Amino acid sequence: MHEVAVNPWVAFAYLVAGVCFILALRGLSSPSTSQRGNRLGMIGMAIAVVTTLVTHVPVQTVGLVLDGPAGPIAATGPLFARIDTVAVLEILAAIAIGAAIGITTARRIAMTAMPQLVAAFHSLVGLAAVLVGFAAYLNPQAFGIGQLVVPLIGDPFTVIQPASKVEMGLGVAIGAITFSGSVIAFLKLNGNMGGKPILLPGRHAINLGTLVAILVLVAHFAHTQDGWAFWVLTVLAFAIGFLLIIPIGGADMPVVVSMLNSYSGWAAAAMGFTLGNSAMIITGALVGSSGAILSYIMCRAMNRSFISVIAGGFGAVAGPAGEAAATDRPWKRGSAEDAAFLMSQASQVVIVPGYGMAVAQAQHALREMADKLKEEGVRVKYAIHPVAGRMPGHMNVLLAEANVPYDEVFELEDINADFAQTDVAFVIGANDVTNPAAKTDKTSPIYGMPVLDVEKAGTVLFIKRSMGGVGYAGVDNELFYRDNTMMLLADAKKMVEEIVKALG
Amino acid sequence: MTFIAILSIFVLACFVGYYVVWSVTPALHTPLMAVTNAISSVIIVGALVAAAAAGSPTAKWLGLAAVVLASINIFGGFAVTARMLAMYKKKERVAK
Repeated sequence: MHEVAVNPWVAFAYLVAGVCFILALRGLSSPSTSQRGNRLGMIGMAIAVVTTLVTHVPVQTVGLVLDGPAGPIAATGPLFARIDTVAVLEILAAIAIGAAIGITTARRIAMTAMPQLVAAFHSLVGLAAVLVGFAAYLNPQAFGIGQLVVPLIGDPFTVIQPASKVEMGLGVAIGAITFSGSVIAFLKLNGNMGGKPILLPGRHAINLGTLVAILVLVAHFAHTQDGWAFWVLTVLAFAIGFLLIIPIGGADMPVVVSMLNSYSGWAAAAMGFTLGNSAMIITGALVGSSGAILSYIMCRAMNRSFISVIAGGFGAVAGPAGEAAATDRPWKRGSAEDAAFLMSQASQVVIVPGYGMAVAQAQHALREMADKLKEEGVRVKYAIHPVAGRMPGHMNVLLAEANVPYDEVFELEDINADFAQTDVAFVIGANDVTNPAAKTDKTSPIYGMPVLDVEKAGTVLFIKRSMGGVGYAGVDNELFYRDNTMMLLADAKKMVEEIVKALG
Repeated sequence: MTFIAILSIFVLACFVGYYVVWSVTPALHTPLMAVTNAISSVIIVGALVAAAAAGSPTAKWLGLAAVVLASINIFGGFAVTARMLAMYKKKERVAK
């Protein structure tokens, strides 16, 4: 960035790209402007890519020049360079390969698999950051961060500016953490790896030690430019990404996915510093803040500190205590016909979806049920808890996929007051987020977590596979034993289909 | 650009990011993650610089590999966001 003379128009183009990205996120403030926002994002990316392609055309110096009167000096001059067609084609081929894979995946992916797709995409950004960092280390002059030194004795070598080395080191470290962390998150979300946290003894000491070692190595690398330090810090960063995510349980994944989102942004920002590129820096800052804010929203919705989520292990104690308690308290069981009758008589039904709805793929059947109820003159609303599902906004996307109009879907704060005027609350695949113990029982692990006040509704219909299991937090749900609760024990999708049938 | 100029852009962009992201409706948090993921692949700029440069064949191949990865993300990220956003409909349009 420092020696390379920057054409003001080039810098301006990158700035325009950065502004497009800001407007892309701004568009997401409402579904009606969101598609235009997404198109602006694409335009911004096109501007950034085309600008880079045009200003960094691969060139090869023509051998003939060496014989010219200007001698070897002219050999490096741009006048005598010609476009390296093979290199250009290689780059275009690389883009085409990526485009083909990306578009095919985006078209084929099921909406329920969105959390793992996002995790997979994060891992690619992380890995790309690591590769770019290493490329910058191997060819610093190309990035305008190195100076060739020709000593009197020995071989010439390139000195990279210390600030650039810090940026590269941090960029590569964050990229590597993003990569390995996202791979683990992907495996957990995709079901290739159990959702239960895996706890290593002394993991806090190991993690902290590794982090400190990475920072020390970055400092050492900046100071000495020792290649081994760069390699070792990369390996350690890969390891810590893995170690950080391993102990985090399935339902904490919304926080993890948001956090990795944030990291992929910081990695891009670090590389932006190395290149002095405003588009990369603006994007990095946007994505970094976005992920951080989403993590914060998710943590707040679980009433847990970010540190405790990252420290991991929540839900590891889920166990027999809850199950034993579940059997010896009286509860009511209902059938699909009972549920259909109750809902058809209601004036307002509020549906509370959770991760179980996604697992059972029950969103389409659910919308059918809502349509039938609407035909009978029942008002139907949906209530979404911020941490329902495996990523922020997961339930909203699934309902949108099932053609549920978004103005029937409400967030926790907007609908909680409504439950008192609701005849039937229909809980499908959610558990902890409806537990009234979070409001009353100070000994409960979920005490203080904001919950949906479903128990205030006239009747609560609660779909659950069986009475045995407990929610993710490992606590029994008070709601099951209330007088106004009717348990519908079955697979969520089957139960909803039966209710649809019973509604006629 | 001097370091302080770059740092200024970064810090101000963090503030812009903070306010813009808080204004995103929670219903669109999943598309937000998908689109931020697509735009963070602007790291392709670095990959293209490496892939286009002469001097180190290893750096060039690393750059090309990064171009592939970032392109997957750019095209995949924007396409999947567009697909999701097209599903969000208002009541009037659904009722025929």
